[in-house]
Amino acid sequence: MAMLETPEPTRTFALDEVEASQPDSVTGYRSFRLGAFTLSRDEYFARVEWPAKGQLRSHLIPADAFLRAMMRDVAWGFFYGWVNFDAVIGTRNHYGKVDLYAGTFNGVLKEAGVDYIEQFETPKIMATFKAILRDWTNAGFDPFAAPEETGSAFGRKHGDNIEAIERFRIATRRMPGLPDDSPLRDDLPVNRQFADVPQDEPEVHAAEGFEGELHAINLFKYLSRSDVTWNPSVSSVCKASLFCPTTEEFILPVFHGNDRIEWFLQLSDEIIWDVGDKDDGTPRARLTMRAGDIAAMPADIRHQGYSTKRSMLLVWENATPNLPQRYESGELKPYPVDF
Amino acid sequence: MSAAFRTVFGSLDDYRKGSIELVKGDARHYAFSNVFEVASQSAAYEKVVVGLNLGYVIEVLRAEGRSPWFHCAHDEFAICMDGEVRIDFLKLDAPLREGEGTELAGEQPLGKPMGYVLLKRGHQALLPAGCAYRFESPRPGVLLQQTIKGPLSVEKWADICLK
Repeated sequence: MAMLETPEPTRTFALDEVEASQPDSVTGYRSFRLGAFTLSRDEYFARVEWPAKGQLRSHLIPADAFLRAMMRDVAWGFFYGWVNFDAVIGTRNHYGKVDLYAGTFNGVLKEAGVDYIEQFETPKIMATFKAILRDWTNAGFDPFAAPEETGSAFGRKHGDNIEAIERFRIATRRMPGLPDDSPLRDDLPVNRQFADVPQDEPEVHAAEGFEGELHAINLFKYLSRSDVTWNPSVSSVCKASLFCPTTEEFILPVFHGNDRIEWFLQLSDEIIWDVGDKDDGTPRARLTMRAGDIAAMPADIRHQGYSTKRSMLLVWENATPNLPQRYESGELKPYPVDF
Repeated sequence: MSAAFRTVFGSLDDYRKGSIELVKGDARHYAFSNVFEVASQSAAYEKVVVGLNLGYVIEVLRAEGRSPWFHCAHDEFAICMDGEVRIDFLKLDAPLREGEGTELAGEQPLGKPMGYVLLKRGHQALLPAGCAYRFESPRPGVLLQQTIKGPLSVEKWADICLK
């Protein structure tokens, strides 16, 4: 996750507040209640239901896409701003509280008044999302992997994959590989699509008396051994400036609407970004980024990336806490520079 | 039998800048540039800002020959994107304690040599707060620097960005 590491001020998990049904007698999956929302799944689809205009409304998402999206939202601790699972369902992080919404950031549904939004304490929604992931992820399906790397999400409940959804969270304070900081990845295998990436380490020649004070790593080697896709992880910290590179393959499982500006620097290969309006989802642009390209994602858009080959992407975040209010109030422009 | 995957990196001599297909709005709001193109048009060790986020910057430096000595009151980081770069470090007798961004450390800063690191493409080095450092590259290369906007930062967005 691409946040600055701060001590948890409050409890982060509320297992006792999860409202789960007994397993369905046919599919074997539990359904879950979260406020006025009901979440259930069957052989192919996750189903989300909510009340609006005196009627029960519903939305279906393919189970594989749903679990990939939920995996990111959980692993990122609801991330920055809006995490849209698709054009209808998503969460907005208020850093302590989280909104779950259906249609609220879809221009047509919002206009029709059939949307619904409800706010939850972070521990409750996190515990519920984790319980859903545990129950709905079958043996053989890794929601953190690209489709070619993993099995099917479909069918009736068969086993689980707790190991895949409970991966150790990497927190970097200064730079990986330093004493008392996050580890390098020498014990992870090189991903099949990065087999040609050089694995040589930089030469470090410390003068006598300065052993251990110079530090350098092979960042591309580190990335070539990433065992997950679309998961920005901090690799260097300059105050609130966080370099969060990640390896990308297939589709970013969410349409991310940030509450601040972020930047992308394509380190290898190519990603195409679909960019839409943050509030109503209407298309704005499509960016093709190749090795060396750098671009800002303004604070008033949402974006989703497509990467055919597994590629290396540097996501650059500013973790300063009060930015959402400063962008929302208009004090800060949604784009970074005028020229 | 399918062909092996080939990972495409960029270099000063070989990069393909991407594009923006605009539906509505202004392409300039994406401040879209390519670090190899920027470095190909820069003076040696000119610190060209390619990313700006409320004072924090990503700078691109064309690494060619020997740079001046730099120092900084906070940590900075360098990533070699092309070529081979040597970084020499000095433990300064009088380290910089205040201010933000990279500053020149003078012709011959006073301090003890800490050693050096050799970076190739994809390698990343810590440039620790309070040390002086100097880049050296026998042939043109490209460095990224993660830092804060400082007196040496050069902004020339209109020259480098898609419009």
